[in-house]
Amino acid sequence: MNLSEGSTQRLIACRECDLLQRAVVLSEGGTARCPRCDAVLYRKVPDSLDRTLAYALAAATLFVIANTFPILGLDAQGNHTSTTVFGTVRALHATGMSAVAALVFATTILIPAIDLAALLYLLAPLRLGRVPPGVPVMLRLIQAVKPWGMVEVFLLGMLVSLVKLAHLASVHTGVALWSFAALMLLLAATAASFDAQAIWARVRVLP
Amino acid sequence: MRAIGAARVGLLACHACDLLHRSIADTDASMCRRCGARLHPRKPDSVARTSALLISAYVLYIPANVLPVMETGSLFGAQTDTIMSGVVFLFVTGSWPLAALIFFASIVVPLSKLSALTVLTVSVHRRATWAPGWRARLFRIVAFIGRWSMVDIFVAAILAALVQFQTLATIRAGPGAIAFGAVVVLTMFAAETFDPRLIWDPIEERRG
Repeated sequence: MNLSEGSTQRLIACRECDLLQRAVVLSEGGTARCPRCDAVLYRKVPDSLDRTLAYALAAATLFVIANTFPILGLDAQGNHTSTTVFGTVRALHATGMSAVAALVFATTILIPAIDLAALLYLLAPLRLGRVPPGVPVMLRLIQAVKPWGMVEVFLLGMLVSLVKLAHLASVHTGVALWSFAALMLLLAATAASFDAQAIWARVRVLP
Repeated sequence: MRAIGAARVGLLACHACDLLHRSIADTDASMCRRCGARLHPRKPDSVARTSALLISAYVLYIPANVLPVMETGSLFGAQTDTIMSGVVFLFVTGSWPLAALIFFASIVVPLSKLSALTVLTVSVHRRATWAPGWRARLFRIVAFIGRWSMVDIFVAAILAALVQFQTLATIRAGPGAIAFGAVVVLTMFAAETFDPRLIWDPIEERRG
């Protein structure tokens, strides 16, 4: 096998089983899977950069709304309470559950914020034809934080709480609950359209 | 091209950006020439790290299920709920779809994740060659579903923030929530330190 620079570039190894194979050219919207372990190798997303940037901008807007307004409100015998996402973190912290408070804060607020900020930091300048400093660090950061963002799990938690409380008192859904639902879809769309290999290719082409 | 792993022909892929490199003798000191990440042929000490995280998770799994995750105080007295009693309560009060969902996320997912990672780690340690495709798929499922166990923690957090009616009822998270959160985090780390490529290595070695 010829291992010269040129041929090494076109060889890839599967992330999950290390199978050495030649990269094939995909049609738009196609997905390459490993023939041995069936892992997804890479995708070809049409207009990956434009789409990911658009989704990430929309997600960032909704992220602000989802964290500003109450997610749920509760009425019982003339008393009214409501909470934001950060309100749940505060409530845990106030009752001595700081470790759990930190976990909720990290998975629902901090990690999604880092993820979106890193994406916008990378994609916005690239869209304008400039390469921001620290591309490798940002790409590695996005990859590292990915499993720890749990917006969709928190949304399920809100729905479960809604049903549980409906037995006890009258519950109101807040603006932030719907923002969270939309945020979940937009984050999924962002992740699906993001193509790190396309960014590497673009960074190398630009001066 | 014959099915062969990159490591078998002296190539290694960067774990961060996937670029292939020719491995050199001292791989510990080498960096990816594109993104600067440290290069490893396999995740370092994968079996030892995954085992350590799994054992910690097993230990904490006991308080996570025995201690209350939620404490309710009301006019009618105090009530504490463990993960399991919470599921039973939902079932008895008639919201069985919700009971099934919480049962799946909080009982089935952590248990199957712990046992699946144990089977995978032991099989890799013993250099097993059975059903590699099936084990690869098992790992992919485990890595995907683990996060959903967090739903019970989020529910406790939301209820604790909302149900604060001093005279009627107050809800606070119990100590079981700390242990349960730790189990979820530890098993997520265990899934990250496990290297699925180790499933395929003994198969290639046996074939020579």
